[in-house]
Amino acid sequence: MTDVIITAALVVAGLGLACSLLLVLASHFMGVKTNPVEGEVRDCLPGANCGACGFSGCDAYAKALAENPETPANLCRPGGEATVNAICEILGVEAEAAEPLTAFVHCGGDCNKQVYKEIYQGLNSCAAAKMLYGGKGACLYGCLGCGDCATVCEHDAICIVNGVAKVDPRKCGACGLCVAKCPNHLISLVPKAEKAVITCSNHEKGAVVRKECQNGCIGCMKCQKNCPAEAIKVENFLATVDYEKCIGCGKCVSDCPVGCLEMLKA
Amino acid sequence: MKELIIILMSAVLVDNYVLNKFLGICPFLGVSKKSDQAVGMGVSVIFVMLVATAATWPIQTYLLNPNGLGYLQTIVFILVIAALVQFVEIFLKKFIPALHKSLGVYLPLITTNCAVLGVTINNITDEYNFIQSMVSSLGCGLGFLLAMWIFAGIRNRLEESDAPECFKGMPITLVAASIVSVAFMGFGGIIDKLFA
Repeated sequence: MTDVIITAALVVAGLGLACSLLLVLASHFMGVKTNPVEGEVRDCLPGANCGACGFSGCDAYAKALAENPETPANLCRPGGEATVNAICEILGVEAEAAEPLTAFVHCGGDCNKQVYKEIYQGLNSCAAAKMLYGGKGACLYGCLGCGDCATVCEHDAICIVNGVAKVDPRKCGACGLCVAKCPNHLISLVPKAEKAVITCSNHEKGAVVRKECQNGCIGCMKCQKNCPAEAIKVENFLATVDYEKCIGCGKCVSDCPVGCLEMLKA
Repeated sequence: MKELIIILMSAVLVDNYVLNKFLGICPFLGVSKKSDQAVGMGVSVIFVMLVATAATWPIQTYLLNPNGLGYLQTIVFILVIAALVQFVEIFLKKFIPALHKSLGVYLPLITTNCAVLGVTINNITDEYNFIQSMVSSLGCGLGFLLAMWIFAGIRNRLEESDAPECFKGMPITLVAASIVSVAFMGFGGIIDKLFA
């Protein structure tokens, strides 16, 4: 009886020892030494791997921060101020948080306002839709509504509402993936603050625009004339807002005859 | 050779570990939300199943059985599989960091995957020799991958579907899983007929 117990105990103990020996040897000879700072920095980063910092992902950015003290600590946009502060605390450096940005789609021509010239039933992709006579809408500058930006978004911040892409500023990490993706270059990063934004990208003259979309900027210059901060300029029949000058008074929004200016809801 | 093909095919289709034996349900439901993750998990499971079988079969045959210690099978296998997975993780981290990164958390998760333990024990119960055991493990792994992949596709569609309010989320997922399982029952008699 006792020798049965002893054999069993010996076999299991021997196997356990062999396994632990294997692991000890493995970690001794094949272990990868990582910089502990890198791990700590990596834990602070959001882990979306969006690439807004200019590195290939959060791991690469953490590695650069840990190894090269000259790497700026404020490159992570999705993380915002909290992340920058946490990284600075670990690295013992000081950096100011970057101004929070959000992506914004400069088109408001939803299915009630836009005039459609064709019915598109092809591949559900903006890039494909654009190749067929520039998309289904009469306006060649507007949102194609197939959601390429929503597909590429890592933060689930974009959805198509009434045929036009809308960014939720609370979710947006300002990584810029959608900016690069949009075939009509409708999306740009704007300050995440209550400022005026233009919801049109059409450079045609007013008369043409009116036939294409109810929401289109007709270039009437009313906003430019009335803006108390001189933040709006109309160039090529399209208003552009200088976000550094804009004080967020909202006068242009109430003045605009077509309603193509709105206040960003941050 | 024919026998090996029969073992492989029946492990993949007929005795599918997930859909027929209900082993490894946890990753099947947990990691099947996106198809690329599902495939990553499936491939890691295949890998670990093969390594685990290659280690546990000799242990059972040459160490436990001659000493009359067959009853220690479960504890010994768990010990060996856990150590192996850890070893594989260290190995991958050193030599194939890209693969290690893409497998991520799934690799340690496999340590407690009952499908892996199930395969190694079933290979012994079915009295397979070493080659047959390896083929059977490969088949089970492929079956797991197939089930994961198919189910990930179905869940993709489910997310867009208009399910009744009370079914949304887990209930509709489980209903879909049961229907996939029923579909796999259709393979029941196929192997005998194929190689008859």
